[in-house]
This record gives sequence, C-alpha cells and structure tokens, in this order.
Amino acid sequence: MPRRDDIHSILLIGSGPIVIGQACEFDYSGTQAAKVLRKEGYRVVLVNSNPATIMTDPEFADATYIEPITAEVIERIIDKERPDACLPTLGGQTALNVTTELAKAGVFERYDVELIGAGLDAIDKAEDRGRFKETMEEAGLATPRATYARSMTEAMHAARDIGYPVMIRPSFILGGGGTGVAHDETEFIAKARYGLDYSPVGEILVEESVLGWKEYELEVMRDRAGNGVIVCSIENLDAMGVHTGDSITVAPVQTLSDREYQEMRDEAIKCLQVIGVETGGSNVQFAVDPATGRRLVIEMNPRVSRSSALASKATGFPIAKIAALLAVGYTLPEIANDITGKTPASFEPALDYVVVKAPRFDFAKFPSASNVLGTSMQSVGEAMAIGRTFPEAFQKALRSLETGRAGFNADAGESTYGDIPDAQLLERIAIPTPSRVFLVGEALRRGMSVTEVAAASHYDPWFVDQMAEIYEVRADVEAAQLLAAAADDAVLPVLTEAKRYGFSDRQLAHLWQRTEDEIRDLRRRLGVTPTYKTVDTCAAEFEAHTPYLYSTFEDEDEVPPADRPRVVVLGSGPNRIGQGIEFDYCCVHAAFALGDAGYETVMVNCNPETVSTDYDTSDRLYFEPLTVEDVLAIVESEQPEAVVVQLGGQTPLNLASQLAERGVPIAGTAPASIDRAEDREQFSALCRELGIRQPPHGIATSAVQAEDIVDQIGLPVLVRPSFVLGGRAMRVVYSYEELTEYLDEMYGGVTGDGAASTGAGFDLADRPLLIDRFLEAATEVDVDAIYDGHELLVGGIMEHVEEAGIHSGDSACITPPPTLSPEAQDVILRATEDLAEALEVRGLINLQFAVKANDVFLLEANPRGSRTVPFISKAANVPLAKVAARVMMGATLAELRTEGLLPTEQRPDFVSVKEAVLPWNRFPEEDIVLGPEMRATGEVMGISDTAGVAYGKALLAAGLELPETGNVFFSLADRDKAFGLAAAQAFTMLGFKLICTSGTGRYLDHYGVPNELVPKVGEAEHDTLDLIESGQVDLVVNTPRGRRARSDGRQIRLAAQHAGIPALTTVQGALAAARSLQAGRGAVAEVRSLQDWHS
Amino acid sequence: MRGTEALAVTADGAVFRGRSVGAEGIAVGEVVFNTAMAGYQEIFSDPSYAGQVVVMTASHIGNYGVATGDDQADKPWAKGVIVRSLSRRESNWRSEGTLADYLRAHGLVALSDVDTRRLTRHIRDHGAQPIAMGSGVDEAELRDAAATAPHMTGLDLATAVSTPEPYVVDATGERRGTVVALDLGMKRDIARNLAAQGYTVHVVPASTAAADILLRRPDGVFLSNGPGDPEPLHQPIETIRGLLGQVPIFGICLGHQVLGLALGATTYKLPFGHHGGNHPVLRLADGRVEITSQNHGFAVDPWALADGSAPDVPTDGLPGPDLLPATMTSEFGAVTPSHQNLNDGTLEGLRCLDIPAFSVQYHPEAAPGPRDALGLFDDFVTLMEDADATA
Repeated sequence: MPRRDDIHSILLIGSGPIVIGQACEFDYSGTQAAKVLRKEGYRVVLVNSNPATIMTDPEFADATYIEPITAEVIERIIDKERPDACLPTLGGQTALNVTTELAKAGVFERYDVELIGAGLDAIDKAEDRGRFKETMEEAGLATPRATYARSMTEAMHAARDIGYPVMIRPSFILGGGGTGVAHDETEFIAKARYGLDYSPVGEILVEESVLGWKEYELEVMRDRAGNGVIVCSIENLDAMGVHTGDSITVAPVQTLSDREYQEMRDEAIKCLQVIGVETGGSNVQFAVDPATGRRLVIEMNPRVSRSSALASKATGFPIAKIAALLAVGYTLPEIANDITGKTPASFEPALDYVVVKAPRFDFAKFPSASNVLGTSMQSVGEAMAIGRTFPEAFQKALRSLETGRAGFNADAGESTYGDIPDAQLLERIAIPTPSRVFLVGEALRRGMSVTEVAAASHYDPWFVDQMAEIYEVRADVEAAQLLAAAADDAVLPVLTEAKRYGFSDRQLAHLWQRTEDEIRDLRRRLGVTPTYKTVDTCAAEFEAHTPYLYSTFEDEDEVPPADRPRVVVLGSGPNRIGQGIEFDYCCVHAAFALGDAGYETVMVNCNPETVSTDYDTSDRLYFEPLTVEDVLAIVESEQPEAVVVQLGGQTPLNLASQLAERGVPIAGTAPASIDRAEDREQFSALCRELGIRQPPHGIATSAVQAEDIVDQIGLPVLVRPSFVLGGRAMRVVYSYEELTEYLDEMYGGVTGDGAASTGAGFDLADRPLLIDRFLEAATEVDVDAIYDGHELLVGGIMEHVEEAGIHSGDSACITPPPTLSPEAQDVILRATEDLAEALEVRGLINLQFAVKANDVFLLEANPRGSRTVPFISKAANVPLAKVAARVMMGATLAELRTEGLLPTEQRPDFVSVKEAVLPWNRFPEEDIVLGPEMRATGEVMGISDTAGVAYGKALLAAGLELPETGNVFFSLADRDKAFGLAAAQAFTMLGFKLICTSGTGRYLDHYGVPNELVPKVGEAEHDTLDLIESGQVDLVVNTPRGRRARSDGRQIRLAAQHAGIPALTTVQGALAAARSLQAGRGAVAEVRSLQDWHS
Repeated sequence: MRGTEALAVTADGAVFRGRSVGAEGIAVGEVVFNTAMAGYQEIFSDPSYAGQVVVMTASHIGNYGVATGDDQADKPWAKGVIVRSLSRRESNWRSEGTLADYLRAHGLVALSDVDTRRLTRHIRDHGAQPIAMGSGVDEAELRDAAATAPHMTGLDLATAVSTPEPYVVDATGERRGTVVALDLGMKRDIARNLAAQGYTVHVVPASTAAADILLRRPDGVFLSNGPGDPEPLHQPIETIRGLLGQVPIFGICLGHQVLGLALGATTYKLPFGHHGGNHPVLRLADGRVEITSQNHGFAVDPWALADGSAPDVPTDGLPGPDLLPATMTSEFGAVTPSHQNLNDGTLEGLRCLDIPAFSVQYHPEAAPGPRDALGLFDDFVTLMEDADATA
C-alpha cells in the first residue's frame, strides 16, 4: 500500500515544555516525523510551545506555531490552516490529551480533519484503565485484578475487595503522576483522594499490587496491513514498583527464555491490535512473577514514548520516523531500513551488544521530597550506554550520569559506604533510591551472596551475578597493584579484563592509586585501547551505512575511514535541571552548520532522548560517556580539526581545559578564557580594568570573614559556595541571623552518599563562600552575543520579568526589553563587546546584568552557549548556534553574511516572552517560591505584537490559566509592597475583587485601593487557608517573606497548589499577568505562524 | 565466566581468541552465525545444525539456563558453540541447570569471550566455511584441521541424523487422523504442533520408500527440516516423487528444498545462510509479513521451473517481487511461489496448484523464534481435510 494521496497537509502536535516524564524525546520524535513527512511532499503544520526544540525551527515545517497547546488555540490553528489530517501520537501525553479534548468538542469533525496514527477510540481504550482491562481480558491477556472508582466510596470498596497492598492509578496522566501504593487503609484514603483529584477525568484504578515482580517493556510497530514487529525488548533492573523512567533498564531482555519471550511478543502485538492502534509505535508493559512466570499486561501507550526514543537509540530503528510513514499509509515492508539501505523495516532488530539506561535525579533541589523512588516518576534525565556485555554497559551508564561517580563504585564516592553495618546495608538495599545500586555493590564487596543481595533488592539474580563478576575483576585489579608497580607487562591480562568489564581509567587510578593519565599511558603502552563497533540493527548480518558507534575492548575496530576534515561536537549528557534540551539544540545546530560547511561532523553524547543522538543528525555518532577518557579516545580515533565544547552546557566545558592540556584542539574561545571568566578574582580585575561595574562582593573562608564582608558591603547579600553550578545552594540572605543559618546548613552538615550531592557538607576551605551584594528590585537582563574577533553580533537583550536574584532559568523574560532605557542598553552592549574582546571570544558569550534605575551592574559573563540561545534565535530570527559554530571554526560574521547563513535584514518586529515551567506537581510538598537556585525543567515561548499578549500566551502555554474575573488574594512581603501596588491597581481596574491580610490591606487602603480583609492563617475559623480551600479565591498573589518552613505564606501557596488555583509568587509576575489580562483572552488565543512573523 | 585460553581458526586462516567453557577437545565444523537473542538450547539441539559450529551473535548466552522441554532432540547436534559471554549463573523459574553444565554433559566444545561480532563479519564477508576450535592445541594444528575439513556442499547429513527406526507421537486433543513425518532431522516442536492438531504422527527414517509410507494410510505427509545440502538426498527425493499427487504434503526447511528438487527445481548454497529469528517473509497471497525463525544454508532456485532467468538482486533499494517468477511449471502441474524473503528476495515457500502440496523454507513451529506463521499447521490440516472430502 503506497502513501496516501487523499491527504495533503498534516497537523503535528508537539509536547510543549520539558516536564518530568516528558522531555526532549518528543522533540526527537516530532523532528523525525516533520522531516520525513515533508520529504514525502506533505505540507506540515506544527504546533509546539517549546522554543528550545529543533522541531520548531522554521525550516522543519511549512507552518510552525509556537503557541500554547490548548484545545482553543489548536482549533484556531485548524481554522486557519485547514489541515486534512492530524497526527497526535508523536507529542507525548500532552498531544494525546489535547487531541481527546478536541475530538470530544467535535473540532475534527467540524473541520473535516482525520486523526491518523491512532483514532480517538484507541486512545480512549488505552488510556481509560477500565476499558483497557476489559479489552485485554476479552483478548485473553491477563491483567492485575482491579476495579476502577470515581468516588472515595467506590475506591474504598474496591480496596477492601482486592486486599492490601493495592496500587492507585489515576486515569489520563503522564509519567505516572499521582500513582502510588497503599499498604493500609489510612495510606489508601490519602492517596486515593489525591489520585481522584489528579486525574483530569476524576477516575482512579484500584489494583492488585505486583510490587517486586519483574518488569518488561516491548516496543511494537504496527502498519495498516496489520503487520506487527517488536523493535526492542527492555528489562528493568528495578522491579515493579519503581516507575520505568526512574529504573535502570536493560535492552534486550536478559532473563526470559525464548518460550516466555515469544508468548510476551504475541501478547504485545495482540494488545495493539485489540486496542485498535491502526499504525505506529506503542509500548506494552508487562509484569512477570519471578517465582512462577505468571505474566500480566500492565499498560500500553498508543503513541511514541520515552521508551520509544530509548528503543530507537538502542537498536538503530527510528521508531518515530517509521511511525510517521506508516500513518500516511505505507506498510512496513515498503519502508527501507536506513542503516542497511537494502533490507526492509518489517523486521525485528537483533542486538549483539547490551544497552543500559540509568536515570538522573535532582532531589537536592527539592528538599521536601524524600529520595525514595516509586510509581510516580521523579527523575529529570537519563543516560544510556552501550557495551558488548551487561557489565561493560552498566559501568559506562553509571559514569555517563555525571553524578561524580566513575562507574560501579571503585571510586572516591564509595568511601562513605564502609561505615554502614551489614544489617542496615541490606535494609537500605530493599528501598529503591538513586544510591541503592551502589549499595548493592558495597554488599557484594563485603562478600554477601548473590542470592541474599538479589532477595533484598529484588534485582534478578542474573544481574546481581553479573555485578558480582565486576567485583571479582575488581579484586583481581586490586591484587595486581604490586605487579603494576613492578612491570607493565605483568598487568596486561588484568588491565584488559578490567577494561572489558567497563572499568574506567578513573576507577583503575583509584584502585591503583595512580593518576588517570598514568593509567592511560600504561594502556597505550600495552595497546589496551578501545575498539569501536557499529549499532546496525542486524548483529552484523548486513553491511551498515551509518557510522553509529560505541566503544568496547575487542579485536576489531569498525571506524570507517574519513575523507573530509572532521569536527567533534560534545553534547550535554543526561538532562538535569539547568542543562537540558537548549544545549542539545545548540549542538544539533552546530552539527547541521558544520556539515553544510563541508566538515564531517562527529557527535559525542550519551542522552538517548535527544535529537543530537539521532544517527541522522551528524555524519558520525559516538554514543559514549562524556568523560576525559572517552572523549580523548574518540579524538585519537578521529583526529579532528577541532572539538566544539561551547554549546553543550557545563558538561563539555568542564572537560575543555583537561582536553586542551592533553593536546586536543578546542574550537573557538580558548579554555583559558573560559576559566578566566569563571575565576572570580581574575574576572573582577578584568571588569575593573574595563570599567564595568559589578555589585560589591567578597570571598570568605571562615564565618567571621563572611560577617566582615557583609559589614562592608551591606545586606541583603547573595551567597553561594564556589565551584557549585546552576545556582545550586545559592540564596539571598537578609539578616546576619539568616547568614549564620545558611553557613550551618551548607558547611555544618555531613556529606550524602554521593549519588546526588545533597548540597550540604561543604568545606569552607575547599569551597569558599562567595558573597555578592544583592540588588533589591533590580531588573535582570540577559544578553547572548557572538564575537568573531572583529565584530559583535548581538542575538538579543532579554529583560527578565522577575527581579534579579531569581535564577534566570526560573524567570520569565521579554525581548526586545520593554523598560530598559536606551542609555542602559548602550552600557550593556559596550560592556558585552569590551568583555568579548578582552576574553578573546570566538563564538558565543552570555552575560547577565542587573539594572537599577540607570545603573548597570554585571553579574556574570560566560563565554559559551547559554540556555536562551534557542529562544533568542527564534525571537530574532538569527541562527545563533549555527553562526557560532562557524565562527568557532574561523569564519567571520561578514563572510557568513555573504554566504547567507547570517541574515542581513532588519530584526523582526514582534515581542517574544519566555516563561519557565516548574515541576511543582511532582513535588506536592514543595514551596513554590522562586529563588536563586534554578528548579525549572522547561520553558515555553509566547509571541505577539505586545508584551502583554505575549506574556499571556507564555503563561497559558506554561499551564497557568488566569481567571478573567473573580477574587484575587493579595499578601505581600514589605519589600514588595511598593511594586505590588501597581499590580493591585491593575487587578482592580480589571474588575477583580482584592482580598488581603491586614498588612497588605492597610497598605492598599493608604493608596485608596479597595480591598476586603481576611484573617491570617490560624487567627480565625474562616482564615485565609479556609478561603482558598473552599474555592472562594481565583488567583493567589503571595510573595515570600523568608525561608521559614512553616510560614503562613508557605501554607497559603501549598493550599493554592493543592486546590489547583494559580499562584503568583512575585509582584513582577503579578503585574505582567495583569497586563496580559488587559490585553484580553481573545488576543491571547490568536495564532500566527513563526514563518509569518519572520516574513 | 572464566576458563582456559582457547582458539578458533577458520579455513581461510582467521584466528579468534577466547576461553574454553564447554567440553575439552577440538571441534571442527562449518561455522555459521545465528542472530536470535534467545532460544540457544533449541538452536544447539536442532538436528539442522549437525556438522556446524554455531556463533551466537547476542552478547550473553546461558542467562536463563536450560530446561528439558526446550530440547529439540535427545542431544545437542551442533558441533560447537562460540559466544561473547557465557553466563555462569542462570536465572529463570523454568531453569533446570546451567548451559555450561549442559554443554559439558553433552560433550560440546564451547568458546566464550570471543569477538563474535568480528567472526560474524568475517563469515558475512567471506562466506560460511569450516572452523576448528579448542583449547590446549596450537594454532597451526587448528588451521590445518579447518583447512582440510569437508565443506557442506554435497554432504548427505540428513540421513545420518534421521531416526534409525520409525516411532509414533500420539495426538494430543481430539484425534483427526494420521500424518507420516519423513524425518530428515526433525525438531521436536514440529511433531508437537502436528500432534496438537489432532494427528498421530508416524515419524519414519529418511530412507523410507513412498510405498511404505502410503501403507500407513496417512492423511498427509510432512517433510521435516534437517541439516546440510538437499541435493545428495536422492532417496527422500525419490520418495517424495512417489507421493506427490497421492497424498497432501507439507514441507519445512530442508523438507521444502527436497520438495523443490522433487518438483524439478534446483537448489544452491547461500553465501552465509539464514540463521535467526527476525527474518521478514512476505506472504505473496495477501501481502502480509511474517517475522520468521530461519536456519538454512541452501535455497531453492525457482527459475529452473520458469521461463526466463533470475534478475540481478538490486545493489541498493529493497529486493522486489520480480526476483521470483510469477508461476512455475513442473511435471506435477503448476507451482507458484507463495512466500518471499524480504531481506534478500529469495524464495521462502511454494505451493502446487494442481496437487495438494506446499512448503516453506522457514520454521513456522518457531522454537526458537516468533510464532507468526503457526497458522501454516492449520493450512496443512485444511489441505488434508479438503483432500479427504474430495477423495
């Protein structure tokens, strides 16, 4: 069956901002789909509110709408573009949910738009747990015993019937939000109530618990002829009970016999068939009782998912691309396998390697959350590693996480485990946490049996035994220490074995008390160097034409010879808060631009979710950890002209100096300049020299010294330990008392177990305290620019909505800057150029300023790509990352203008707003205030003629639905009152009624703003909390007064959060929100494509 | 899994290092690779592997141990096994022991820790060929052994692995009739599938004559899988010629090849065969794809029975349906290609249009591998019942 000719244009719905449970995997899938559909000649209309995606680059669609993903907005897009079909299965749960909403509202019918990929009924059958269960049972597939409930009474009844423990699963949710296990009735009441609230349709499934069972996932593709293939099988190391996204997972499955696997395979294909997934990719999840082999279907996603991205990277089978082709009518045998070129996509990849995915967590940023893993996903990113065996891939995955670990222990990070008594160790192994896997290692080191460790952890004994083998090799390595001192040759066998078991040079250096360089030299002398093998979908049965490579230590190397000069681009590793899709975007652009310029591009990254790790993005892809060892080996193999470190965020930057010291050519700005900008003293000297003002500051190595500095520069101050990145542990301190508290907290505690730094336990001598005068009520400004040695290209000046002191990643920003005076802008641009010149920047530089009145203070300068590059590229219609990549390789801006890469015409005439998206729903006990520590997971963009409408769009895209009328609760900290007055007046003008606590009320009275008083928390029966909980408030504006955990403010914000009432925690945010309301809802829902804005 | 150092040397002189993890001694055989990721016990015990050394391309082998029910014969028939990592500990609720113990108990030489991907690429690029392997033996000796080992072409291996005496497998479920299975190296799961359809299965030696088979008054005759080259199997081919048109016939793998030869087609050796569980096969009748289990080194050339000659396989792009003739003519009437391998365009099945006989090159019984084609056993039943009705 060839492609369909009865449809001409297709609406593709993206997944919006990055949130926990839904990350850049949907940019990967959307980009693939958009690319292939356009290649097939379809007109692609795309909607996604996330500017940091490759898919929203204007060249990937015919009409790109960076608009909120809501039914109302999408209906407008449909009305304007009149697509023939809508493909909803590539934009995650967000796309599926909005599609359901649109379908139920009759929009598709009204505009005669056909849903392709999965129909409404299939989506509903898969998502509605009751119908899913019914469908499975009719098809003869077993599911856990369960009943669904729409009320607490029904829920209680169900739980009593099934017996505890039971699982609670809300319907229509993503990433397992609101899911949980209850062991008794008390626990059940709380969790069931939350689940009912959490589900958009107010429904939960109460289910037999399969905790501790083995967990599997199969990735299935189906075409409209009914052909089904399994692309990848995945086995979780963590048993049922830990969300797949939070589990260490392995592909292909390891502990099923063929008989069991084939039964599972048949059921997976059957599952798609009976759910009615017409075409495309879906994943089906199974639980298997390890004692009896009893197998249950747990769930299925009728769409491309995070697992599909993983499966695509793990096998080389591009699921999303093929799903898009199937959706327009092709069948699997009609589509060629890209990698072989001459075999069809209707086959099942055979793997001759093992893939391990490990999750990355950021618990330190959410102190209210325990680090216990459960059925609701909490990880913020993941790393994937490929090895020829499980031990090799497993160790590579753990070192890929960049959590300071060099592999499966055998590093400095293991030192804290020694003190844990045996009994306690086993107890801790039973609890799933990010560090559990390392404790399993410690238990094996102590000689605990595989059986005992497997029983405690619920890891399958096969995996534990493989881990035990790693420990046996480690013992050999330790025993060879004396040999290592005597003669090189004597260690050859053990060194080879260790490398084959995935030991990093860092681990060997630790075990042999040598430096990493010494180990590397030893290896080179002995010829123990990595060989690169190809991921080819077919276990070498057919020749592969795509150099998608991973390292191992074997006989044969498969790196193909190159005939063009090569450039290596280092990616950004696993997503984490502060470093995510924005940097991947930059790396992808570099690969595109350098490829166009005739280089052979070589991408190195270990994040399976990304576009950068699509084998189509670069000429060569190395799926490898981003460590000095791994990168040096690739450089040695590829002999590149240069290595790009500027675009992948902190990960490659941290490697830059070490690579340069070892003779690796770094593209663009020299690592020494990067270091110079990061060294506070050197940088301050430079600023003084250039006449650039900075806020008064100092560095303290003792508490006394800290107080002295504060005496000099005055309160409030911004404090943070040095060498801590992304605003980690950064705080604004308003009093000496708070300073003492902070010092206690940061420098008085004990270190955590290293799996994720807890932020406490720093040593003042190692990490002196950096103290800056905090400029209150100052406007923060960001600048992204490129310098080529002659000329400065300013991408844009972004004015933050929230005041300086709130992390730029958590703050909304507007460009062009709405309130900055031309004089201030001049100062900013001059400082930017002076610094770029002084730091000898070749490529990107990002600067942050605080502007108070017309005084401009430089806060930070970073000669590298920043998080805002994708946003500003779209706002200014300048491909900054592409231009930067070329400038790094020696091109001048003038040349790039001639070439046409850099546009010469005027800047587009519109306002762009970026708003941050925060993961509060995953951490329901977390206070939602913003601060100097970044906690946003993603961002959205709003574009319009005015800042008000653009901000309104951004808020809507971020999921904040502002009320149009009603009651606004106002409670402001004293320092916010002056600015808050304007916001209060604006809301009053819009017809809102203001409800205030006494202090705020009196202040507003003084300025004649009408308001109603409500008793403070606990002062009366009908206090503020009661008002919020009873639904009498439509919007909360509450700014924090301090950090006290039990403050009224915190309780108010939590109450709003739990009641689902929008809450604004800064006065600037409140004022901007009021302005957007002034613009009117109709204006916010108006749509215009990026191509149209740019033209 | 550690063991003593061991070597494997191919006939063309490539040397592979590993560790001996099976029985002591030297094994010599034709080296083939299998890309199935599970089902190692079924593979090693499949009589079709007689005379061959099997390289498993999957990283870990032995993970889930062994279970009697997975055996396809009384003993493993493969000559030797080469893997990247043999699990020393197994884990699965069905497991009755480790694969290493099983290999040793059956005297199979096995190498682990080998760069199996390099070996696979070597086979892919230089063709299936003899290999010699073992520990405690020097490279030169292995090189000689491999270089002087016989190649598969022209060898009658099927007769050697066939049952010496007839035996009966009882029907399971409601009895429908009798099938005689000509044993050329039959896997147990085939008999199980026939029995599960309600047929008493009379398994007879490869040398059995047509008349002796017909004496058993079968409702149908099944031609089994088996090892090696079909061309030297003169007696079975003769037997089949005596049965064609007399009784419904269904052939699998080697059974398909001998049916092809009986119809007058020819067979040829593939460069490195099809061995694995992921081969896409197109059902030409309805365009559906089955993912199939495969294990064969030879294939039927249908062009011997058709006008014209085989077109060249395209150097890029997918192999198309034009690689097979639309129809064939045999002395037993018209024959049509029924299935095609989508990877290389080769013939995967044929069906006689004038007499009740059909065959497939792959393994519908799976074991190991996908069970997409299990329905072929139903087709055989239909063929037998239709023949019954018209008789």
